[in-house]
Amino acid sequence: MAGGGGAPAESRVGQVVLPGDVLLLPAYDEQDTERLPLGTSAAPRGRLLCGPGLRRCAGGLLVTKCGLLRHRRAGDGAAAAGGAYWVDSQQKRYVPVKGDHVIGIVTGKVGDVFRLDVGGSEQASLSYLAFEGATKRNRPNVQVGDLIYGQFLVANKDMEPEMVCIDSSGRASGMGVIGQDGFLFKVSLGLIRKLLAPKCEIIQELSQLYPFELVLGMNGRIWVKAKTVQQTLIIVNILEACEYMTAEQRKQALAKLSGN
Amino acid sequence: MKETPLSNCERRFLLRAIQERKRLDGRQCYDYRNVRISFGPEHGCCVVELGKTRVLGQVSCELVPPKPNRATEGILFCNLELSPMAAPGFEPGRQSELLVKVNRLIERCLRNSKCIDTESLCVVAGEKVWQIRVDLHLLNHDGNIVDAASIAGIVALCHFRRPDVSVQGKEVTVYSPEERDPVPLSIHHMPICVSFAFFQQGTYLLVDPNEREERVMDGLLVIAMNKHREICTIQSSGGIMLLKDQVLRCSKITAVKVAEITELIQKALENDQKLRKEGGKFGFAESIPNQKITAFKMDSAAVDTNNVEEQAEEIITKADPPSEVFAKPILHTPGTAQIGEGIENAWGDLEESEREEAAEEEGESSTTAFECQRTETEDTSMMNEAKDDPIVLSDSEEEEVVILEPQEVPKKTR
Repeated sequence: MAGGGGAPAESRVGQVVLPGDVLLLPAYDEQDTERLPLGTSAAPRGRLLCGPGLRRCAGGLLVTKCGLLRHRRAGDGAAAAGGAYWVDSQQKRYVPVKGDHVIGIVTGKVGDVFRLDVGGSEQASLSYLAFEGATKRNRPNVQVGDLIYGQFLVANKDMEPEMVCIDSSGRASGMGVIGQDGFLFKVSLGLIRKLLAPKCEIIQELSQLYPFELVLGMNGRIWVKAKTVQQTLIIVNILEACEYMTAEQRKQALAKLSGN
Repeated sequence: MKETPLSNCERRFLLRAIQERKRLDGRQCYDYRNVRISFGPEHGCCVVELGKTRVLGQVSCELVPPKPNRATEGILFCNLELSPMAAPGFEPGRQSELLVKVNRLIERCLRNSKCIDTESLCVVAGEKVWQIRVDLHLLNHDGNIVDAASIAGIVALCHFRRPDVSVQGKEVTVYSPEERDPVPLSIHHMPICVSFAFFQQGTYLLVDPNEREERVMDGLLVIAMNKHREICTIQSSGGIMLLKDQVLRCSKITAVKVAEITELIQKALENDQKLRKEGGKFGFAESIPNQKITAFKMDSAAVDTNNVEEQAEEIITKADPPSEVFAKPILHTPGTAQIGEGIENAWGDLEESEREEAAEEEGESSTTAFECQRTETEDTSMMNEAKDDPIVLSDSEEEEVVILEPQEVPKKTR
């Protein structure tokens, strides 16, 4: 492998990193809890989260995907993780990750289990009991071809992924079968993450146009429903174009539409 | 991989939209998507984009013995490949129904319509004829493969130049492109396929269906026509009943569309020829649009150029003064003298340039301030060597700790 040392992780935040880059972390030992950090550049307390696109290696983190390096500081408060590093990369092919909320299409029913296509290499399985208020007598009304919004309970590379439509306390919290109307389309994963960011400008600007319902799946699928077909199509086209439009172009397009 | 299934709500929405005469991308019912034709550096290579559907066409030729029952005619061979990069459902080895159908259509459109004069491809009757091979590759599937493939096929054939031959008795001389200019194929006419998708048992009609629209359609009608309004091929699939006036209406629409597309092809071919003659830039690199992903936008990094001069001066003052000047020459033998010891030869010195390269690639994020410092420190390190021992290059770099450089590269790893 070429190159000996790497750069300290803090200096590369916000810059483009390539696979193979090594990011050095300040020397800090998990086992060595007695050692009091001296000086201001103390080792971060708590666990440092190694996010998507990074792997742990001797001395620090090894980059495995190309993209921008991001960092979130340790949260204030007692039980905080010691900050997180991750790589913002762009791709269209989804890989199931535990805890992700996705939109799946029901492809079949095998016994008591639904098979869903989530865009990954394997189809996910969803038990009929994993809905809110479902019992053996009270089965959910799910047909082949329906859309389901759920989260991954199990998603690793050795087994087929499993989905559920309830959270840990047994409530649906928005998950379940998505309604009959509306339209489903696919975008890249980077755009989904941008739309899911808190206070996303695109969603705020669109909501001033017409009222609509929107479900964003982390597997790149978006479901939109507005009052008429025309309005739905407008929202679909704007969201698809947001990938390559700058903020000014988007504002211009929306101004034209709301003017009409 | 399996094809992504079509969900019920998509199907319902598409059918409702078609009933209201609305298409996904805002086109009208009889509108074509944008056709873009770009040529590669070689003659006979082109990429046709119909919206997001992309087909690559490549024409090649070879001298072969002719078919026994057609001794004076050349051979035209067409082949379309559905590349796995076009859609997740396409697999390399699988001979799917779609592939057979599209191949057969393209063959009928190009070969059976006799758009190429095959007699002119004959070199020695009964012994040697040109075999023209058209290879079409689908690079992206967004609906309407047949139209895009037929346009790519005919454009590639029009663009292609075959080597010039001369026959003297039984001797055949094939000239290379340097000896004699290659000759274009003689093309009689340009047949182009136009597809129509039918919905609700023929009630609604769409020209140039999208991939989504193709999934929900009931039937497909393909008409291949040239600009002289001659129908070359017509095929209806899907098993729907079509009325006579529907088919006639479609043929009228086809005539209009084919005229437009033929004009576009002519213009594109002329443009490319002009560019090549004038020596302008041509090829795929020029025609790929620059698309920037705005999902992760970063403002341009501000470079701190304050104190650059002060920092540079500091470094210069800290650096050691250059070695003394030797004014007295040392006489070795009559005719050979040496003035001074001389510093290491930095020209063509591998380790020196490696060190510079290593510093370059790890310093990609450095600002201009760093650049100044690095060159200064390199100069000082060279002078250090000159003072200590100019002939033997010391291996250890411990004395030459480069301050403020982003990374340190120990020489031993090289």
